[in-house]
Amino acid sequence: MRHEVRFSGFGGQGIILSAVILGRAAVMYDGNYAVQTQVYGPEARGGASMSAVIIDDQPILYPKVTNPDIFVIMSQEGFEKYGVQAGEHAVMILDSSLVQSRPQCRCTEIPATREAKQTLGRDIVANIIMLGALVRTTGVVGEVAIEKAILDSVPKGTENLNLKAMKLGFELAEKENVT
Amino acid sequence: MTKIDFMQGNTACAEGALAAGCRFFGGYPITPSTEVAEHMAAKLPKLGGVFIQMEDEIAGIAAVIGASWTGVRAMTATSGPGFSLMMENLGFAVMTETPCVVVNIQRGGPSTGQPTMSAQGDMLQCRFGSHGDYSIIALSPASVQEMYELTVKAFNLADRFRIPVFLMADEIIGHMRERIEIPDTIPAGERKLLEKDTLPYHAGKDLVPGFPQFGKGYGVHVTGLTHDERGYPCTTSPSVHEELVKRLVAKVESARHEIADFRVTNPGAEIIFITYGSPARTVEQLIHDHPDANIGHLRLRMVWPFCENALGEFPDARVFLVPEQNLGQIAREIERHTSVPVVPLPKLGGALHTPAELKAAMEAWR
Repeated sequence: MRHEVRFSGFGGQGIILSAVILGRAAVMYDGNYAVQTQVYGPEARGGASMSAVIIDDQPILYPKVTNPDIFVIMSQEGFEKYGVQAGEHAVMILDSSLVQSRPQCRCTEIPATREAKQTLGRDIVANIIMLGALVRTTGVVGEVAIEKAILDSVPKGTENLNLKAMKLGFELAEKENVT
Repeated sequence: MTKIDFMQGNTACAEGALAAGCRFFGGYPITPSTEVAEHMAAKLPKLGGVFIQMEDEIAGIAAVIGASWTGVRAMTATSGPGFSLMMENLGFAVMTETPCVVVNIQRGGPSTGQPTMSAQGDMLQCRFGSHGDYSIIALSPASVQEMYELTVKAFNLADRFRIPVFLMADEIIGHMRERIEIPDTIPAGERKLLEKDTLPYHAGKDLVPGFPQFGKGYGVHVTGLTHDERGYPCTTSPSVHEELVKRLVAKVESARHEIADFRVTNPGAEIIFITYGSPARTVEQLIHDHPDANIGHLRLRMVWPFCENALGEFPDARVFLVPEQNLGQIAREIERHTSVPVVPLPKLGGALHTPAELKAAMEAWR
């Protein structure tokens, strides 16, 4: 059941945190194995950011993603750098408020940054909306697992905001995948 | 009961250090090792320990050496440029026989190089980087689990031999997160204290003098100058110097087969990969994907002192292939100890060798 998930966007969006939360959900709450890795430059914000998670029910040997089957793309640069590699059997969740291109593969368009700002009043939780949409679309980890992992990982006092973001992600994915 | 967690390698290193009883961290943060310092800064004060960020890495390792003399387990963590700055004081730690643990999460060099990218370019520097003849121990983890376990081991070895012990990780292992089982008990080890009425630098059969811990009533002089068994400078006697330096080397080298730490897969194989650190993961994948290919693997968890007997675990070896994130630093050491051809498989730039690359390298020897 090996899955390779690639997240990309720009520094500051929480691209690495998203991957950490997903890996945590798989290991701590689904009882699977996961390895999370990342590529980032020395810049704190604004540079291209990529992170990846491998999830498997067997121990993971080679820790780097080689053939991702799931993409979460949150910037146009991220799409051009990583999203274009998506094979036809891949699934892509992309932030349609920031990414203009569309892939050849199955694609779930989530206006996460716009929804975060307009519906939740904080664009900082766009990554959690994407995470919710990812889990509802692919089932790569359980929905209870992702909820617990989010609660483990976000700063105290922001739990409700982040859970709202996760649930908004579930709903947006549900709507998008039906139509 | 072991505790399951999903943890970053650098955090696991810090957790291992705390479990081993480390209560002093002195250093200067540097990518990609910073999370070790961050975690120690958060945790040490709550445990009655001390975290101190010094003005640079020279002062960082100096503070660690001073702390160690008070009897506390002490460590620092750094990477390339910081490691270079520490070299002189590491020689001081060797000469004064000061136990300490130095973590190097290796990044691309020379100089500031590639701060966020993986490398294994400091494997000879950790062995030979300070001046004069000496010997140290270097461990190299290949998983988050080993970041924890080998950090604990580093403290025990540092105390036993009274030397700096290096945890030579790479950025990939330091920064990746994976499943870890945190044990509820760890192998114990402690510093042998100096016996009464014994000269402070007099060593018995194990060549390691007892430790005259500050504050325990010993009067002792600690100097980087060549010293006699009393600890007093004695810098012009050829025999005192020769005896001291030979003992500093022999206390580690003569124990190397006893403390050797390596893993052997498929000892009957003819084509053998030798790895340490993250390239081990590629070889493990290759073996997993080709179970019938009879691929041998010698994985060094302790790189220094080099234990040449490990090569004898593969009596049918036709070739040793050595993938490293450097231009062949340990391959050259292996070459010194065997008549079997040794082929370096260097990779620079920060990316991990892929299974396909190593498969191609192997096919050339079929």
